[in-house]
Amino acid sequence: MAYPYVSDHEVQIVSKHFGDPQQRRVDTYVERGGYQALKKAFDMGPEQVIDMVKSSGLRGRGGAGFPTGVKWSFMPKESGKPHYLLCNADESEPGTFKDRELIRWDPHQLIEGCLIGAYAIGAQHVYIYCRGEFFEVNQILARAVEDAYAKGYIGKDIMGSGNDLELTVHQGAGAYICGEETGLMNSLEGRRGQPRVKPPFPAAVGAFGMPSTINNVETLCAVTHIVDNGGEWYRQYGTEKSPGTKLFCVSGHVNKPGNYELPLGFPLSQMIEEVCGGMRDGNALKAVIPGGSSVPIINAEEVARCNLDYEGCVEVGTMLGCASVIVMDETTDIVKAVRRMVDFYAHESCGQCTPCREGSAWTAKILRRIEDGRGTEEDLDTLMQMTQQMVGTTICVLSDSVAAPVQSSIEKFRDEYLALIRRGERVGAA
Amino acid sequence: MADMVTLTIDGHEVSVPKGTTILEAAKTVGTEVPHYCYHPGMSSPAMCRLCLVEVEGAPKPMPGCVTTVMEGQVVNTQSDQAKSNRQGVLEFYLVNHPLDCPICDMSGECNLQDYVHAEGREQGRGREPKRVFGRDDFGGDVLFYGDRCVMCTRCVRFMSEVEQDHRLTVVERGNRSVIDTFFDEGLDGTDWHENIVDICPVGALVSKDFLHKARAWDLTHTPSICTSCSQGCNIDLHTRDNLVQRIKPRENLDVNGWWICDHGRHNYEWMNRGDRIEAPLARDGSSSRAVGWKDALRGLLDRAASLDAASVKAVASPQSSNEDLAGLKALVDALGGGDIVYRSARAEDEVPLKGFPGLARRHDLAANTTGANLLGMARVGADDASGGLEGVADHGGIVIVLGDGLDDQPESFGGKAGLYIYLGTHESAATTAADYVLPVGTHAESEGTFTNREGRVQRFEPALEPPGMARPAWLILGALAGEQSGGSVARSAGEAFASLAGSNPAFSGISYDDVGSRGAVINESVSLTGD
Repeated sequence: MAYPYVSDHEVQIVSKHFGDPQQRRVDTYVERGGYQALKKAFDMGPEQVIDMVKSSGLRGRGGAGFPTGVKWSFMPKESGKPHYLLCNADESEPGTFKDRELIRWDPHQLIEGCLIGAYAIGAQHVYIYCRGEFFEVNQILARAVEDAYAKGYIGKDIMGSGNDLELTVHQGAGAYICGEETGLMNSLEGRRGQPRVKPPFPAAVGAFGMPSTINNVETLCAVTHIVDNGGEWYRQYGTEKSPGTKLFCVSGHVNKPGNYELPLGFPLSQMIEEVCGGMRDGNALKAVIPGGSSVPIINAEEVARCNLDYEGCVEVGTMLGCASVIVMDETTDIVKAVRRMVDFYAHESCGQCTPCREGSAWTAKILRRIEDGRGTEEDLDTLMQMTQQMVGTTICVLSDSVAAPVQSSIEKFRDEYLALIRRGERVGAA
Repeated sequence: MADMVTLTIDGHEVSVPKGTTILEAAKTVGTEVPHYCYHPGMSSPAMCRLCLVEVEGAPKPMPGCVTTVMEGQVVNTQSDQAKSNRQGVLEFYLVNHPLDCPICDMSGECNLQDYVHAEGREQGRGREPKRVFGRDDFGGDVLFYGDRCVMCTRCVRFMSEVEQDHRLTVVERGNRSVIDTFFDEGLDGTDWHENIVDICPVGALVSKDFLHKARAWDLTHTPSICTSCSQGCNIDLHTRDNLVQRIKPRENLDVNGWWICDHGRHNYEWMNRGDRIEAPLARDGSSSRAVGWKDALRGLLDRAASLDAASVKAVASPQSSNEDLAGLKALVDALGGGDIVYRSARAEDEVPLKGFPGLARRHDLAANTTGANLLGMARVGADDASGGLEGVADHGGIVIVLGDGLDDQPESFGGKAGLYIYLGTHESAATTAADYVLPVGTHAESEGTFTNREGRVQRFEPALEPPGMARPAWLILGALAGEQSGGSVARSAGEAFASLAGSNPAFSGISYDDVGSRGAVINESVSLTGD
């Protein structure tokens, strides 16, 4: 037994040192082979690093699952402008707590990944945008950056390679939308944290108007190991289309919630039963949100046939997202759970786009009324139609995130809504 | 042409310059895609999501305001998808809108009303309590009704991008977003802020000056030109009950874009002034009496003829039209010729609109100084338009005054003249000695042209009925000059302008029709004293 819970099913690559406070120290990190991947990358050259990451098949761990190597190759080669690598550490999706742990236990792994990424895309400066509420984590990261500067792993002429790279940690001020890549850029620049209209895409016009690439914490941590061990090594885990391992943040009604690093393609039901110690109190499973609160809810039947990779989740009508698995047992009041999620999105909507600004708050109000037993069956039609107007009609996908839990829950748990509307019966009220 | 792009919009094939947005391209086939946040004079945040159109092959509906045209693109602005999107967005707008149209100043010219009437749902589905922000005094001339706001942020962008004085911002986020000022500073002391009332697509920003004064549908809009400086901003006079109720800018990209300054916008009360001269007055000994136009003009010419070869001195106003000034010049020439001077106010500083180069409230605070200069008239007096008339006040020959109120002049003005003719709108001390006081219309009551500081001739139309027997000055002066010289008499402002164009090389080749609503630039380069 180590770090809250571990499982034999795990393949610990990025989470290997979770629970070991020594790993934060730069000396320990180096003793254990740290910063060798960076040295190797410098020897390989940027093109080869990108090719290696491409060959690993690593996909963005922030939620969208876009191939990282391909994303890096979008950066202009000779733009004559400064390039920036941004690390998105604004982990705010309800149900997600992997980046926090990655930085808390192994900050140098992230710093090394950032430096490799920056080198690959020709960036001179890395910004790690760290969520404001991660107070302790911010301190750990700041200390680690300070140590890495002192030891010459960041700064001028890193390890005698002639490469100069700067790294700045920027602490956010607590807005969900600043985790959206262009919202993050605006926030970093000191503007309102509002997503930007694309095109232009960040590789052309990103942070400070310069070509930029933005990667998730877990992605960059994985890069460190891929460069260390090679693309093919990474492909031994996971599936053909979703290679590698992934940190699953399991929360909710399981006996052992926590972070588990599993090869992609791991069956969801096996994870609940074997990795997480089964359902709390032996209750029956009602529903799972497999990728953070912005993906559609799946019911028990769908859970049984869901494999945890990008394609497997799409097959059962949901998404892997950032792999934040929220498990709900039979005592869960789905209407209340959905209303709680929508409240969150309504609160976090930046307020630019009309469908999101007005729609999210309106949805929340209707759900609250249904929850209070004052709903009508027409409300369900209104919710379905109105949330449909919020899908694909806005600058970013926050609006879609409101629609996903509402639509999927009304489709799959309509009876529960109707019981509340018709008879005022709510699950778990007793 | 290589830089043209051909695409299909709603079945119409159109060619537009590369880089044109779908929204602007649609205008060329007569389709106005509904929109709020987009304004051609500012950046496009593409956030209202009302202008989403269907582009064949695109995975999602595209915002017409920022999506540029592509060769062979097929755009549908009226497809089911586009229409249902607009209906959806309009419903979202109404979720928290107070629907207080009966007491809203914007009612009747409100885009939200228009769009919802055209494409909104027949019945709303909103049952929830509405969010309430209430009202706020933004300073300056602006009141903010937060509940009506559609959060298009045009006002914020106008202040930051066009006036370039960051006085407004959006505070809070999501559904709690609201436009606000910084601390207590508000909009006080800014010079162009009232344009935000014009560009607000709903009744969220309203003018204190116009508050509850008139309903939009009772107002008549007449194209005119601002007389507050030599920029020549294009405006509309909004009138009701033969009174100017407000001034709004009229789009002209060559002159003022979509904007006018706050000073010009409020400078209309003089057009509504009541104590006007309503009939021609002829002096009879120490008293004057009202006479008919025929008697007045006949008597005036007879009197002039009785003065043997008297020299003429005239005072003009640079607020008079080209036609009026040309009429004055023609009369002076017909009476034997003489000097014509004018007085004009000049401001110490210009007040530029930073985000629209070429637009400023100018040093020269008169509308037609260029016209007066081109007609050979000379500026006299101080920068507050006073003094400088010493040679005229005691002139012994014929004195003619057109348009200058002579407010600074004594009762003895023109007392030594053989014939003193005053054409104006109001009597003052200095008109006491006038032999003939002839009522003329203001520019708001007349038709004609001004020549602005860059030499652009621009037309204005009559928005008000002149009082009593007042007539346009060009008509009276033209009749007198024609009678005196035996020449033809202009029967319309167009004929008066044609006569000017025929006699003055600066205006030659320009026809009244050419001037149209956009203006036409004269043949000579203009340099105004002190500019």
